[in-house]
Parts: sequence; structure tokens; C-alpha cells
Amino acid sequence: MRYLPKSPSERQAMLQSVGAGSIEKLFESIPAPLRLGRALDLPGPMSEAEIIAWFQARAAENSLGYSSFLGAGVYNHLRSVVTDTILLRGEFLTSYTPYQAEISQGTLQAIFEFQTLMCQLTGQEVANASMWDGSTATTEAALMAARLTGRTRLVVARSLHPEYRQVLATYGRNIGLTAEEIPYTASGQIDTARLAAAVNDETAAVIVQSPNFFGVLEEVPELAEIAHACKALLVVSVTEGVSLGIVRPPAEADIVAMETQSFGMAPSFGGPYAGVIATRERFIRQMPGRLAGQTTDAAGRRGFVLTLATREQHIRREKATSNICTNQALCALAATVHLCLLGKEGLRELALQNLAKARFAAAELARVPGVRIPFTGPWFNEFVIEFPRSARMANRRLLDDKIIGPLPLGPWYPELTKHGLVCVTETMPRAEIERFATALGAVLAGPL
Amino acid sequence: MKDAAKKIVSDGIRKAGRNVSQNEGLIFEKSAPHKRAFELPPLDVPAVDPSAALGAAHARESVEGFPEVSEIEVVRHFTRLSTWNYAIDLGMYPLGSCTMKYNPRVNEFVARLDGIATEHPYQPAEVSLGCLKIMRTLEKCLLEITGMDACTLEPAAGAQGELCGLLLIRAYLQSKGSARRTVLIPDSAHGTNPATATIAGYEVQSIRSDAAGQIDVEALKSIVNDDVAALMVTNPSTLGVFEQRIAEIAEILHAHGALLYMDGANMNALAGIARPGDFGVDVMHLNLHKTFSTPHGGGGPGAGPVLVKNFLEPFLPVPVLVEKDGRLSLETHRRTSIGRLRAFGGNFGVLVRALAYTLAYGPGMRQATEDAVLNANYIRRNLEDFYDLPYKSPSMHEVVFSDARQKKNGVNTMDIAKRLIDYGFHPYTTAFPLIVPGALMIEPTESESKEECDLFIDAMRSIAAEAETNPELVKTAPHNTRIGRLDEVTAARKPILRWRPATSAAPSPSDLSEPNPPSSRSSE
Repeated sequence: MRYLPKSPSERQAMLQSVGAGSIEKLFESIPAPLRLGRALDLPGPMSEAEIIAWFQARAAENSLGYSSFLGAGVYNHLRSVVTDTILLRGEFLTSYTPYQAEISQGTLQAIFEFQTLMCQLTGQEVANASMWDGSTATTEAALMAARLTGRTRLVVARSLHPEYRQVLATYGRNIGLTAEEIPYTASGQIDTARLAAAVNDETAAVIVQSPNFFGVLEEVPELAEIAHACKALLVVSVTEGVSLGIVRPPAEADIVAMETQSFGMAPSFGGPYAGVIATRERFIRQMPGRLAGQTTDAAGRRGFVLTLATREQHIRREKATSNICTNQALCALAATVHLCLLGKEGLRELALQNLAKARFAAAELARVPGVRIPFTGPWFNEFVIEFPRSARMANRRLLDDKIIGPLPLGPWYPELTKHGLVCVTETMPRAEIERFATALGAVLAGPL
Repeated sequence: MKDAAKKIVSDGIRKAGRNVSQNEGLIFEKSAPHKRAFELPPLDVPAVDPSAALGAAHARESVEGFPEVSEIEVVRHFTRLSTWNYAIDLGMYPLGSCTMKYNPRVNEFVARLDGIATEHPYQPAEVSLGCLKIMRTLEKCLLEITGMDACTLEPAAGAQGELCGLLLIRAYLQSKGSARRTVLIPDSAHGTNPATATIAGYEVQSIRSDAAGQIDVEALKSIVNDDVAALMVTNPSTLGVFEQRIAEIAEILHAHGALLYMDGANMNALAGIARPGDFGVDVMHLNLHKTFSTPHGGGGPGAGPVLVKNFLEPFLPVPVLVEKDGRLSLETHRRTSIGRLRAFGGNFGVLVRALAYTLAYGPGMRQATEDAVLNANYIRRNLEDFYDLPYKSPSMHEVVFSDARQKKNGVNTMDIAKRLIDYGFHPYTTAFPLIVPGALMIEPTESESKEECDLFIDAMRSIAAEAETNPELVKTAPHNTRIGRLDEVTAARKPILRWRPATSAAPSPSDLSEPNPPSSRSSE
């Protein structure tokens, strides 16, 4: 087997050295009835060429050749080949969690840079080394808020990603957190009157997303005032980080939980991505996840270590702030490299292109008879459109034209069965936007 | 000076040399206005004014402090940083319980294919068949390897797999009308086990290990009652020892209506040899970034699939991959489900790599397990005359020594670990499991050749000798790294967790100094 570096005679010599007549001897500590008395029934073994062919065949069964207008927390953005070149360096790819600082300075410094970039983007003071994704980061932010306030009630915007709300519910119900959901208004933003009425002195946190699930920006300063009036914390979840290139950061939030997939990570059918939590310096001891910090060695040279580990499971066990151990370090590195490549000007231009393309698409689609754009609030690169009939049916027909249409909202919002969420990024050529609008016109003009 | 350097390098160091190492500051310190590393294609639609489109209150001018550098600077920056890391690609990474094995490169290649990396989790099933087949094939392989009945690939890492498993247990017990409050965890367990039990809403009760390092079955019998939901066991244990009485342990739990959870972190000792489903385990997780070779990447991403017996299947988290009339789809609503653990279904890219690994071996995965156990025993045999072996039970994939002998000279496990760095190796796991004071936990994996194992053995023997003859040398190690031991106390007391622009002066000259002049670290 090509991954195994021993010759038969070396195996024999090693067996002899340990005083075992055969390899079976080494497994005798497993009681005989518990041992598998047969070979595993697995496909393979396969050579490298066969593995590649097998996966290429699977790739051909997917959506190659289709134009997709899906976003909803996972975005198609340009990725420089430089990012992957760096990620594939074995020194990053095949290294462990940097507990041994003297031989992990590369990873540690990169994490420190990641933390800095995340602070700069979000307008917060500190950021951690990554969480599993945006949904678990948002949930951990809620748990953190509950610890900080000693309260158990959450007030959650219905315009927070529906799957994020589901994750919050899964985690919350076992530790006694309850969540009240606040509806959206005609603008697509959270109903601030209902919010103000719901927040009280039992509220641990108000949790919103901006841009929210409908793509609409929330009025973060106003939401912070409502939360803070009752000494509750404001948690802002960001799923589309590129927006922060031109959108004011949620600096008034107490905790920002962000998904960083937009920064150099492929959609990859759902993961891996990287979440991150950014917050105020005074909250760090309740923060979950690893942190890299700057320090010096005995000779005064700058270096970086994992720090404040007394929050973490390997030290505190059942008293830890979270059970997270393995995080998404390599994905965080992808975000770091990607953002360094984009730089100050590149990030802004990227965000501007998203804004322009999405506005162009909205105008094209709005011209299709029967299509309406319902929400009036400000939005970045995603928007909701309303069809004259079921969004699901329209999508099925669009698939014939090799177009993956807007995400139907009906499964999550029973009142929005005719609505779909459209995402347009810098990767979508104008001609494809026009083709989409034309195809949609034909679908809607055609028989039901 | 020259003599001191020579001594530190030592004739015993055969694996590593001392070479030039590039200095590199923070990326922010290289930044200068209007440099750039990325250019977009021209915009093919009319430009939009952000203040007009978003409203002035929402618009942002620029991100303060963001780096401005060129492409070559980005490439050099991260390449230089990379050279400061140790990695499996450089050599043995004997971290116990971490299973740092070779990460096959074809796995990286297939995970990046167009049609795989490019797929959106919300695209319709009609155009996702390839992804669903990948998931289904991996599920079937994992079920065969573990002997379990049903699977979820959703958990993002082992710790989330543990949470998933405990929530499944809770949902099942609740369906039986039995609310229980306690989870039993051996004192040798990984820290995530108790942390997870707390997050799942359970009380943790620790159970002690017996003199052989095994779960104390008599103690277990006296503890288990109708308030115990489950025992979380790692098998082989963190001592690298198979739980001899695991089947009996399962029976004791089941007799009281409690379930047996297995932490599959050490599955690299069992794949192809024994199956948890055959020794009474009800629910378990696997770490695909351990046994199934997906890269650790400096701390993640991983994946922690959970495998269950049939009676737990109705409670699996959504989305559930279902096969009806030969058609695969993701079921997002299930009344009995514990709910959703994360958005979008799982770390699919990690699953792709794990399947590529499994396909490469097929039934031959047993050989990998055999080699892993052989390596651990070979190292044990060749070091047991030099290091204290507190538990003599037969080792499987890892071996745990203690620093009891070296302690007499004031040298502890961390010192030995740091000295190992000078010899060109990554340290083993130090001070874990907690039941072994001053533990040296060594897991070589199957990826190490006899030659690499021999180099490691020589290095460990040489350090054992140094601990006798020159303990200061060991206690002040490492000597050949870019930096010496870092001041962790100050790092935690006065945390500096991000870069900020210098307000007055440039970074101090010490930041850019020569790496590691040996005289500054050696105390002779």
C-alpha cells in the first residue's frame, strides 16, 4: 500500500524486536469474541488514478454548467489561486494545533493576523481564532451573552438565517435558554416596536443578522439602544462578510458572530468554512474558542502563543466556556490570505461590484411582468423577489434552462411561498443576469 | 561560544540541522497606501453609489488599518511564516490521541474539483446527485468499519459529535419517559467529554480508573443507577489500552437503562480489527481528521460523524440523508429529530477527503491499523528501559510513559518534549492523560517508517542521557528554534490579541533581530 512506509522484512524485524511472533499477538488484549473475524467489506483499494476518476464521475452528476443565483449564507466569490497555493503548503496543511509555540510560529502569527483583520472588519476590539461556522458562532455568542448577563431569555429576529435559528434552538433547549422571535416589517427589517416591547430585564441578548437573511441591512445603532436600555447584549450575525467593505460595521454590537466563507472558501456543498466571534475586550474571559496572543521569549523577541486557555475544555473540562476543540484553522488561514490579497482597495472594489451587479439584476428582474421586489429596506447583494406563483414551480422550469433560481422561502416562511431569495455577486456576468431575466419571463408567461 | 553551540547541537541530533530562517514582520507592518495584490475584471454593469444605494448612515468609506501589499509580498509573507511550523510533511508528529498520520495529496486534489468544491448546499437534489452519492458511500464505509446501523455526517468536529451523541441519548430516554441527569466520564477522558456533557445539560460524574488503567468495573456497578443517562468511554483508552471488560460494561449500563457512548478518537487502533457495534456501543463519533487522514491544518477543520444503533436512528439531526427507491435526498424535517447542529449539513469537503482515504485502502485498512500498533509497541519496547512505564497493560496504537525517572534530576515531561524539538521532532502529548502524573503520551501512527521510529528512539534515549548528565540543557530547551520558550504568563495577564497601528515609534528592533543566538538561551 502506497501510504505505508514499511517493507515486509522491516515489519518482521520490528515484530521480532517487540517479541511478538506474529502481528495477531499485538491484538490479543482485545477479547477474542470481540475481534472481527473477517476482512472489512469496503470498496477499493483504489489507485490514485481510480480515485480521481471516481470523484470526477461524481462531479459530473452535480451542477457543472449551471448558473446559480443562490446565496443565503454561502456565496460564490472570486478566489485567487494564491490562496490555495499557500493552503497547500504542507507546513500549514499538515501541522497540528499550535500548542508547541516554538515550532508553530507560522500558524500562530497567521491566527494573530486573522484576529486583527476580523476586528478591523467588524469594528470590535477582540476576535477569536475561529469557530466551526457562522451558525455555531452565533449560537456560542448567545451562550456567551447568557453567561455574561446571568439571564436565559433570548430575543431573536425572524430575519436571522432560519438554519441559524434552528441551531440556536438545538443548543438552547438543553440548558434552559428560551427564544422569542420578532417579526419583520415591510422594509424587511426587524420590527423595532415589537422588539422594544419584547426586551426586558430578563433578556440576555437580542440576536439579529445584518445584512439579514433577506439581504436587508438592519439599523444596528437603534437595536443596540433597545437592548442596552434593559442591560441586554446585542449580538449581530454577519453571513456575508464582503458587505463590510462598504457597509458600516456593527460597532455598537456587544458580540459579532461572523461567517467568513466569503473570504476565499469554496461553497463545497456546505463546508468547511470558518465562523468567528468578535467582541469587547472586557468580555474576553467569557469568550469561547482559541485565542492567539503576542508575547516575548527570554531574549525579548516577539512571538505568539495560544493564550487564556483557562477558558477552554482541555484545562477547565466541565467548567469550560465551550466544548470546542478542533476549530477551522485552515479556513481561517484562507480568509487571512484572501483578505491580505484583497487589501483595503480590493475589498472595497469587490463590495462595490457586488452592489452594482445585484442592483442591475434587481432592475432586470423587476421588469419581468408579474415579478415584484417586496422589501423596501437597504440591501447589499441579496434581495427577495415575489413571483405571481410558487417560487418552487418557477425554479423547476428554470432548471431546464440550466439556471439554479432564487432560493424558495416557503419552507421557512409559510407567508412567503411565492418568494425567492436572489444573490448576485461579482462572479455573475451581465449576460447571465440578462439570460436569467429572459428565462424567468418565459417561464412566467408560459403555462402553469 | 563555539563550544556551547556545538554542545547544544549535540552529536545525537541526526534528524535536524540548523539552517537560515527568514525573518518576517506582521503583514500590517508591510503595508503602504495603494499597493495591491488583487485586481478585479472590469465591471460590466453600471456602477452604483453606495451612499445613495444604502443610505449615508450605512455606508463605510474603508476598513481602517487593512493591509495594502502586493502579490509577491503576500506569497513571501505566508511562505516565510510557513517555514516556522513543524508539519507531518517534515517528519514524525508523535502526539498521543491526535493521530497525526500522512495526509494523502490526492484527497486535496479531489476535494478541489470543479463540480465538487463549487457546489452550493441549497442547490436542488436533481443537480446534487454526485455530492449525495459521496456522502452515502462514506456513510456505508463508516458503518462497516464501526459495525453500527445508522449515521449522521453533520457534526463539524469531534466535540460536536459528542454533543450530537448525548442529545440523541437524551431524546431517546425522553421518548421512554425517562429524564436522567448524569453522565459518567472516566478520569482518563479527553477534556471535551465533560465540557460537552455540560453543554448538553448533564451533570458530570467522574469515575476512577483501576490499577491497570482500566475502568473500575466494580466502582461502575456501585455508581450506575436510574439517574445515569450514559457512560462516555474512549476505547482504547487514552492510555492506549483496550478496555478488556467493555462488553460487560455495556451490559451493566443497559441493565439500568443507560447507554454506552464511545469517543472514537482512538479508532486508529481498531479499524479492521474490532468494531464498537460488536462490543455493545450504542452511539459513537469518529474524528475524520484523525483516523481518516484529513489534514489538521493547524487546528482544523475536522469532521465528527456520529454512528448509532437502530433504535437511535429516529432522533438523528437534520438534514438526514435518506434513500427511497434508490433516490437519495436530504430530509430537513423529522418530528423526532434532535434538531439541527449547524447550518448546511456538514463539513462536506472533509467528508470527500475521508472517503478518498478509505477508497485508497479498501479492506486493506487493517494493514494501516496493524502498522500503527506495531510502531507504538516498537517504540515502547525500545524506550521502556529509559522511561518509566506506569501502566504495563499491552499497548495498542499509543504508549504512555511518565517522567518519574527524569524528575529526580528536575527534568519534567515538558522539558523532554521541548528538547525533542531540537532533535527535529514534534513533541509527544505532555501531561495527559491526567491519571498519569508527568505523562509522555506517544502515538506514532502507521505513517512512520522503521527508520523514522529509530531516529525517534535514538533521540529519546539521548535526551534521557542528557537528563542525567546535563539536566540544565534539557530544562532550557529548545535551543535551535527561532524563538525560545515564550512568556505565557504575561501573554495571559496582559493579553495582546491583535495588532494596532504604532502610535509613536516603529516596532522595537528586537522584533527584527537575528533568530535565536544560541548563547542567549543556554545557561551553562
